[in-house]
Amino acid sequence: MTSVRTLLEKPWIWSFVGALVVWLATVAFTGGYGGGGMVTAALSLAVFTVIVGVGQMFVITLGPGNVDLSLPANIGLASAVAMKVMGGSDAMIVVGLLAALACGAAIGTINYLLIWALRIPPIIATLSASFVIQSVDISYGRGLQIKPPPGFADFTNWQILGIPVLAMLTVVFTIGAALALQRMIYGRSVLAIGQNIRAAWLAGVNVGRIRFLTYTLCGALGGIDGALLAGYFRGANVDIGNEYLLASIAVVVIGGTSVAGGKANVPGVWGAGLFLVLLLTMLNTFGVSAGVRLVLTGLIIVGVITAAGGEKAVR
Amino acid sequence: MLQAIADIVRLNGAEKHFGAVRALNGVDFHVGAGECVGLVGHNGAGKSTLMHMVAGTLRPDGGQIAVRGNQEASYSVARALELGIRCVFQELSLCPNLSVAENTRINHPSLAGFGWRRRAADLIRAKLDEIFPDHGIAADDIAGDLSIGRRQMVEVARAFTLTSEPLHLVILDEPTSSLDAHTAGQLLSFVRRFIENGGSCILISHVLGEVLQNADRIVVMRDGKVVVADAADVFDRDRLVAAMGGAEGHQRAAAETPKTEPGALRVRARPARQQDGKELVARAGEIIGLAGLAGHGQTDLLLAIFSAASRARPGIEVTAPVALVAGDRQSDGIFAQWSIAQNIGIRSLARLRNGLLISPQREAELAEFWKKKIGIRTPDMNNNIYSLSGGNQQKALFARALGSDAKIVLMDDPMRGVDIGTKLEVYDLVREEAAKGRTFLWYTTETEELDNCDRVYVFKNGRIVANLRRDELTEEKIIQSSFGDAA
Amino acid sequence: MTAIAPGTVPKASPRGSAARARMLRGLLPALSLALVLIAIAWLNPRAISYFGFNLMLNLAIPIALATIAQMFVIAGNELDLSIGTFVGFVGCVTATWLRDTPLIGIFVLLGSIGVYALLGALIHLRNLPSIVVTLGMSFVWQGLAILVLPKPGGKAPAWLLSIMSFKPPYIPFPILAALLIAVVVHFGLMRTSYGVILRGSGGNAAALRRAGWSLLRTKVALFALTGLFGVLSGMALIGITTSADANIGNGYTLLSIAGVILGGGEFVGGRVSPIGAVLGALTLALAASPLLTFMHIPPDWQVAANGAILIIVLAARVLISRRER
Repeated sequence: MTSVRTLLEKPWIWSFVGALVVWLATVAFTGGYGGGGMVTAALSLAVFTVIVGVGQMFVITLGPGNVDLSLPANIGLASAVAMKVMGGSDAMIVVGLLAALACGAAIGTINYLLIWALRIPPIIATLSASFVIQSVDISYGRGLQIKPPPGFADFTNWQILGIPVLAMLTVVFTIGAALALQRMIYGRSVLAIGQNIRAAWLAGVNVGRIRFLTYTLCGALGGIDGALLAGYFRGANVDIGNEYLLASIAVVVIGGTSVAGGKANVPGVWGAGLFLVLLLTMLNTFGVSAGVRLVLTGLIIVGVITAAGGEKAVR
Repeated sequence: MLQAIADIVRLNGAEKHFGAVRALNGVDFHVGAGECVGLVGHNGAGKSTLMHMVAGTLRPDGGQIAVRGNQEASYSVARALELGIRCVFQELSLCPNLSVAENTRINHPSLAGFGWRRRAADLIRAKLDEIFPDHGIAADDIAGDLSIGRRQMVEVARAFTLTSEPLHLVILDEPTSSLDAHTAGQLLSFVRRFIENGGSCILISHVLGEVLQNADRIVVMRDGKVVVADAADVFDRDRLVAAMGGAEGHQRAAAETPKTEPGALRVRARPARQQDGKELVARAGEIIGLAGLAGHGQTDLLLAIFSAASRARPGIEVTAPVALVAGDRQSDGIFAQWSIAQNIGIRSLARLRNGLLISPQREAELAEFWKKKIGIRTPDMNNNIYSLSGGNQQKALFARALGSDAKIVLMDDPMRGVDIGTKLEVYDLVREEAAKGRTFLWYTTETEELDNCDRVYVFKNGRIVANLRRDELTEEKIIQSSFGDAA
Repeated sequence: MTAIAPGTVPKASPRGSAARARMLRGLLPALSLALVLIAIAWLNPRAISYFGFNLMLNLAIPIALATIAQMFVIAGNELDLSIGTFVGFVGCVTATWLRDTPLIGIFVLLGSIGVYALLGALIHLRNLPSIVVTLGMSFVWQGLAILVLPKPGGKAPAWLLSIMSFKPPYIPFPILAALLIAVVVHFGLMRTSYGVILRGSGGNAAALRRAGWSLLRTKVALFALTGLFGVLSGMALIGITTSADANIGNGYTLLSIAGVILGGGEFVGGRVSPIGAVLGALTLALAASPLLTFMHIPPDWQVAANGAILIIVLAARVLISRRER
């Protein structure tokens, strides 16, 4: 009994409850048909949201105003870089992945340099950076029609017993991220900065280095996400990352991370990622029009956050 | 005699609890017309809660409030203001983005309509002139640009401004905590004039002298109850301290600490604005005081030393790890989301690791050790830091610094608004740690605390103007240096 | 509640220099606008004319109105990520219902302002992060816009077209309109006694509550004002483009935030400036396309140039603050 209560007190539980409810509703609608396939598909797609969601979570946890708006542009450019470096050859897969990772990390570094050197609010810094990156991508990726190497495309779609391998790897990665957040100096420092940046500095936290690491990490995750997306959808394009701006922020918040900073959790990102994907699947299954789908998606996000409620002001 | 005075406000059996904590446990309290009531007690004794109730910002869970003899069933801030009861809260309540005049408008609904800006400016300017004749504040100054002392002056003056609302009682919660001795004196003499003209005041202060000299009647609180209430002239310092509980038996710091030989050089620092060759030098095992009027560069120098420990800065030499104990807990010290244990552990994370990961067990051990050592009053160190009273929060910040590997501890007026019991406990601890070889740089606005120091540097306008040894240290000397034109 | 947000105010800085830095920063929006104008005049002197301004600042009015809308929520320490799609929704309603069945159109537009007010109440009462709520609402407005106008089209009401094509003597209409917007909002927010309360709610909400003010009311007022100016922005936009499209306003979310920041506003602490916001919007409108066209920058790089201008202006602002500290 007490374990149920402690479970219910976890901020991330609601995102899983939401995902389950949506799944049940869809299965009820289809009369039980395709329930398993839906989970597989949801896991495959949620992976991409979860990877950038974790990066965004660390950034948002740094405190008010911290958010990475350059993720869509970052994903777009990294997907093009990965495809170009791989050049359709299986031998170059690892090099291509590393190139995408480096590209994303470089973008993250530039983001932080703008924030640090110009003391620009992160929203504006990453926004301005994303304008520039977008142009680079348009210019660089123009007419780029390279398919991913067959081995890479197969890998991103590989399943064992109906469970996508990519999802398993992502679970391992998120466990690592959760440990880093709660049990490593890095994560503690992020949480401290998010609560009170001045107090964190005075308590000996190396504020500059931690913020730098966080933006670079988020950029790198965006980069790797771009490469994986290009593999999964069999090709790169400029718009491939567009939906991940809103999605990355939405999963962080629906997952129970505080937008005010200083309070975060990793499991919620998974729950919220599954919830969003299943929600879209459900609305598609119901056969609603694009307009209605958008309205319902929006209302559900507002509804979820209203039901979950904000944190009580501590002070 | 006292009973003959008509009550402004009277509380009977007031009760308040926050969760399991009983902040007020059946308190009877009243203030008469033309009376200044001093309210003293340790942090967490319930003074602030009681005052929030009188001001209408908190509702009692039990008991009644009567204003001028009438029972108030639905008492609120708006009602309190209507009845002429105002409060200057301990935490500053100015909007930093607004001008002084605009901040005045916020407290006066009637300052509206055509020409309100001019009226608000005239109102606050006149009141500032009356209370703090040499204040140097303009009505269109933005509050956030003012020093903390000036902000407090504006806040106090604002509470005494008069428009269409009546003004009978002003609650002053630690009104002098950010003021230097000169302005604090101006304020207290204004309060006496206000009382002579028939107004009433509640004065809360940790500076017991202020209360003894200015209050007509003193109410002592402990553990959510009123323990003594009597005319001010039957109290003296010792009796007050005894009534507050805890601190008896402690002698003043004085010279009993053994004189140790100065050790290795720890800090050598010259303030940025120093023009002559004076510099601050601190050695292992020394307690160095930083004195002078508030805001004359002491904090700046501490922060410069703090930064110099991680990145070299010209004019400052630091030879050992540094930790800082913040005085402004809210903005410089506390992590609001975290438990007490996490708040203590943050400075020592590297030592708490087991491999790559932080060990929860070691973190708990560190917290428990300091809970006992420094006497943090809580049932569980895993409770949120805000479950502690102000003084105990400050102890946690001390534990954070003293529990770390720092050989140099910087203290930025950490005893601001802390009760005397906590203070005496911490003084002992500081001397004990210094005897073990730690170096303390201690900025304080309370002259008595300098008795704990081996040497004292007096600051004026961002510069060191005097360097006094313990045996030549007197209050007059410090005041002389602070006000003199030696610089 | 801390009286001062950490980091926003130098703790012990002498007040004179702080005030001077603030004044210089206040001048920066005007300076950056002047710089962009000088660049345009240098590249293409003919653009600096009655006709040229009319053309170049064509879209400045809706951008300025959207920026003002964003400024109101920012004054209360919130952010509206839905203003762009809201402007699009208003545009679609304006080009259809407001023209065909004016009563329904007016009712829907007033209702949408009401929705904004309700959002303000919801955000306050449930203590919700506005970023997420408005993020969700951006989907809602977009969906509604598609439902109202599935395909690009519709037509602006005749009266709106004639207002927006008004040609006053000597001063181009966009400049006149921008001036009017700036003065009206400046008076309302910076000079009236309730404007002080609205800004104070962003500066120190706890202090306001202790003085007996309702924070629910201030939040509702700020959001309703955002809705009102969002509606005006959408209508002005359709008055210029004459027809609508569900995606017509999507860029306005980021433009409006950038405009407020360019105009000297800060994300927290209730520090905003209506005049600055309008100037920021004008700068963005000019920098967005006319300047780039005159500089013969290929369209691929136009977006990049936009980002670069934003960075340069903010860098200048930082240089001023740093020197003054």
